[in-house]
Amino acid sequence: MNWPILSVVTFLPLLGALFITFVRGNDNLAKGTARWVAMWTTLVTFAISLVMVVRFDPTSSEFQFSEKHPWMGVASYHMGVDGISLPFVILTTALMPICIIASWASIQKRVKEYMIAFLVLETLMVGTFSALDLVLFYLFFEGGLIPMFLIIGVWGGQRRVYASFKFFLYTLLGSVLMLLAIMAMYWDAGTTDIPALMRHGFPLGLQKWAWLAFFASFAVKMPMWPVHTWLPDAHVEAPTAGSVILAAILLKMGGYGFIRFSLPMFPSASHDFAPLIFTLSVVAIIYTSLVALMQEDVKKLIAYSSVAHMGFVTMGIFAATSQGVAGGIFQMISHGIVSGALFLCVGVVYDRTHTREIAAYGGLVNRMPVYAAIFMVFTLANVGLPGTSGFVGEFLALIGTFKNNVAVASIATFGVVLSAAYALWLYRKMIFGPLKPSMDGIKDIGLREAIIFAPLVVLTILFGVAPKPVLDMSAASVANLLNKYQSAIAAAKTAALIAQ
Amino acid sequence: MYQAIVFLPLLGAILAGIIALAGARARFPGKGPPPAAEESVAEPHHDTHAGHAHGHDAHAHEPAAVGSRTAELITTTLLLIAMILSWIAFVDVGFAHHDARVPVFTWIASGDLKIDWSLRIDTLTAVMLVVVNTISAFVHLYSIGYMEEDPYRPRFFAYLSIFTFFMLMLVTADNLVQMFFGWEGVGLASYLLIGFWYHKPEANAAAIKAFVVNRVGDFGFALGIFALFMLTGAVDLDTIFAQAPSLTAKTIWFIGWQADALTLICLLLFMGAMGKSAQFLLHTWLPDAMEGPTPVSALIHAATMVTAGVFMVARLSPLFELTPNAQTFVTFIGATTAIFAATIGLVQNDIKRIVAYSTCSQLGYMFVAMGCGAYSVGMFHLFTHAFFKALLFLGSGSVIHAMHHEQDIRHMGGLKERIPYTYIVMIIGTLALTGFPLTAGYFSKDAIIEAAFVGKNPMALYAFICTVTAALLTSFYSWRLIFKTFHGEPHDRKHWKDAHESPMTMLIPLGFLAGGSVLAGLPFKEVFAGKGVEGFFRESLTFAKTNSVLEDMHHIPLQIGLLPTAMMAIGFVIAWHFYIRRPDIPVELARQHDFLYRFLLNKWYFDELYEIIFVRPAKWIGHSLWKAGDGWLIDGFGPDGVSARVLDVTRNVVRLQTGYLYHYAFAMLIGAAAFITWFMFSAGIR
Repeated sequence: MNWPILSVVTFLPLLGALFITFVRGNDNLAKGTARWVAMWTTLVTFAISLVMVVRFDPTSSEFQFSEKHPWMGVASYHMGVDGISLPFVILTTALMPICIIASWASIQKRVKEYMIAFLVLETLMVGTFSALDLVLFYLFFEGGLIPMFLIIGVWGGQRRVYASFKFFLYTLLGSVLMLLAIMAMYWDAGTTDIPALMRHGFPLGLQKWAWLAFFASFAVKMPMWPVHTWLPDAHVEAPTAGSVILAAILLKMGGYGFIRFSLPMFPSASHDFAPLIFTLSVVAIIYTSLVALMQEDVKKLIAYSSVAHMGFVTMGIFAATSQGVAGGIFQMISHGIVSGALFLCVGVVYDRTHTREIAAYGGLVNRMPVYAAIFMVFTLANVGLPGTSGFVGEFLALIGTFKNNVAVASIATFGVVLSAAYALWLYRKMIFGPLKPSMDGIKDIGLREAIIFAPLVVLTILFGVAPKPVLDMSAASVANLLNKYQSAIAAAKTAALIAQ
Repeated sequence: MYQAIVFLPLLGAILAGIIALAGARARFPGKGPPPAAEESVAEPHHDTHAGHAHGHDAHAHEPAAVGSRTAELITTTLLLIAMILSWIAFVDVGFAHHDARVPVFTWIASGDLKIDWSLRIDTLTAVMLVVVNTISAFVHLYSIGYMEEDPYRPRFFAYLSIFTFFMLMLVTADNLVQMFFGWEGVGLASYLLIGFWYHKPEANAAAIKAFVVNRVGDFGFALGIFALFMLTGAVDLDTIFAQAPSLTAKTIWFIGWQADALTLICLLLFMGAMGKSAQFLLHTWLPDAMEGPTPVSALIHAATMVTAGVFMVARLSPLFELTPNAQTFVTFIGATTAIFAATIGLVQNDIKRIVAYSTCSQLGYMFVAMGCGAYSVGMFHLFTHAFFKALLFLGSGSVIHAMHHEQDIRHMGGLKERIPYTYIVMIIGTLALTGFPLTAGYFSKDAIIEAAFVGKNPMALYAFICTVTAALLTSFYSWRLIFKTFHGEPHDRKHWKDAHESPMTMLIPLGFLAGGSVLAGLPFKEVFAGKGVEGFFRESLTFAKTNSVLEDMHHIPLQIGLLPTAMMAIGFVIAWHFYIRRPDIPVELARQHDFLYRFLLNKWYFDELYEIIFVRPAKWIGHSLWKAGDGWLIDGFGPDGVSARVLDVTRNVVRLQTGYLYHYAFAMLIGAAAFITWFMFSAGIR
């Protein structure tokens, strides 16, 4: 049983991509082969990742399935997952087949390249969540942007150049700063091994600067207000599956980074900067919800709603209570499913009408009753209705934050009123009302689309009613993280007292 | 058995939902062009009746969905079973004292927070089980007749059953979060049912309004839960109640205000109750909710969901008993709502809206009882009100059905000859509502007024005056409704002539409810408002040692006891004088007091006020933040500004390729290369 399962999960998609490069020609046969190879690769990857779930020991907070080999210089090839990263790995491998199937008919141009981009992206994303070496993490983390760029830039909409350029400017700033911080950390600790860095205990001054540098990178990724404006544009221009991956997984890298690096490596700085995070989170929740109310483009509305939902995540994480952090993680997983599904919902009608304008739709329930029911489930999860997965994460993040900061949690809670307003307004405009004459011939979802949505609907409700397995998976790791965090804070306080 | 009571409606909802989806799918298959006959649905719907478009008409030509009858039978049968089981449970728990806790499974567990799905069965719950399942079963049965022309019946019955399930989860909740689950769930069901006729813009608007206004209340509810968890470390009722006495001295720093913890918590939780029970300030959604089909109004917006707030205060009586300030506030809001809604009810012309404002007002009564510490009395009124208000709504539905979806009482008149059975049950409902001696409402409503009279809190006298005055107004508007609808000359000969009595599926539930409206009072008087309260409710309600309201109620002066009955009589006489003897008087009055009339007719202009202070600013701020905040400020000085500068520079320096991507990849490669080089180099040195 000693095969390197994590490396297999990480690099199997790359192998699939390599295989597709050998497919010659550009006819329908080649396209079909590329699609099938991509689908089977992602399905097998998903199946193997499920083996990890079975073999994972949730009572341990240690890194599991670890692999460590010397690599170049000080950097080693160190991989492993704990209860915090495993859910994200599974989320990635689970959504990938869905994205491939969702692109089946809607992508007709450069199919091979498209599939290669997605498979490479999968390798890089899984790698990001399972890398246990800073250099390795950096390569995966930043490398993931290249296929995403291609996906938006090649298969995107009309303003894709503008959208990519905006994305580029934002992320460039963050990644340069993070690179500097990584160098500084190596300078101080003499290693780039993540578990070792967690134990290292950085001096306070360095903690502050390094925290800010990582913050710059992660805040852009989340995205947090006010560096969020790339997201609506990127979503609008991206093809459906690109939006799904962007919303469901790439955004989670920021939140994951905060939990993996900021909290355990720079505890004092995290504690000191928590008010900043709280402020930005609350502003994000209220501000972007209000902005979402006024959107005219479906994808933009969902993108703004994503920013608001990520506000709950950052708030919960930096509340540094067990409910807050667990809520943050759960909210990210739930948002991955729900916002991914919402973008798929938009994709369904976009494929039929080729418009994203809300006003162009109306009365779809009259022609697409099954679609309307599915869209309703995800809309409700988006507004955080109890019984859907959206509720659990928001609720935990809020209740965890309330213990720490009453005012912040109270203002954030008001966000749920606004989310109800914009989400139901969107639903009403698109689905209810009299049927628009231009929508008369529109067809309900077909079998392929039903296959995509079925697991997402089931998971949304299952995680809403019985979220315990997911919460249990990360419980030990979160508890361990917070124990160390609290003792580091206490130690820092004692040190400050002695210094006085 | 308790699992069956709660989950049978869920089963019904799922089955009916599947039938509804399959039927809708069959109507519009994924392949092939849609049948030509459906196209007229898309046509703009023309209003025939003074601004009220009615759902049935637009769909009347569509064939009923396949399996409609099956869906109706499944859901109704399951509900009838649940109803019978509920009555068994009622006797078993209330009189044989067999309380129960039924664990289901763990819901959320994180750190020290643990939330279970579990059913808490005590007398308070048993009362609610009976109310919910009885009314729901009758409404299901009634809907078979009422909705018979509607092509989307499976969906309707699925919604009705899912509502019942959520309501049952709410009343059986053993912890606040499960209660919140039911709480928001009934809100969802209400949203779906108000918007059932989704092609009507007003119905959609009303549905969203109901959900969003309720969310404002839920915002308070959620904060209350958070605060309780912060202070007690638990969300389950037993732990909270056990710790409640130790919280009395604690304070919470809440938005710049050092607040007494328990008072703050109770006020926050009560905010949820205000939203759900449509109390003053958060009431605006209830009248609009009348856009939904009438059976929905009877079930959700009269008998069950809107009483959830009252139930919540009763359930949390161990907390409210410790916070006199919160109780005072509850009394104030209840009393204000009772009189405020009654004034609006005086002048409305839509038969359902009159009954809706009456519901609002009666809920105010219940909160007065809660605020005065007479929890069992409030529950008594909840219990009786469920019967007669459901009766009034379903009776109105029968009128509307007879009049082919006419709802304006100005277009009715003289109907008592055409629909005598409906007339009789409406009279019975009205007698019970106005508190005619020996009807159900007589016992419960008088008990509330008495409780207000002997109540100890500073608002009790105010509440007493309000409730007595409201009793007069209630009698007046109720009889006005009866007289204008059933008596006098028909205003619309054709409609009058076509009016027909409803089918048996509608009349049988009306008969049962009429029976309940008469009989639900006297036999239960002792256990709700008499000497039997303690033996009946036991620990499901808490009365502080100093709380002697129930005892004091038995020692009030005779004049006070007779006052409500006198008010009822006066109201009747005035209504009779105005609408039977001298119909010119109300017209003249309205003309003379034009401002007052308009003020009441437009519901104190609350909708307009909220539009100005909440809705428009929110939209304006949203728009400004988007255009000025994101567009001008962040993008302008951020990426767009930077890129513009970069382009300015590069244009002059060197002709770049358009490859923004290469740009990035290049930067990253350089970065990574420099980094790795540096590592190898430094590693080599050591």
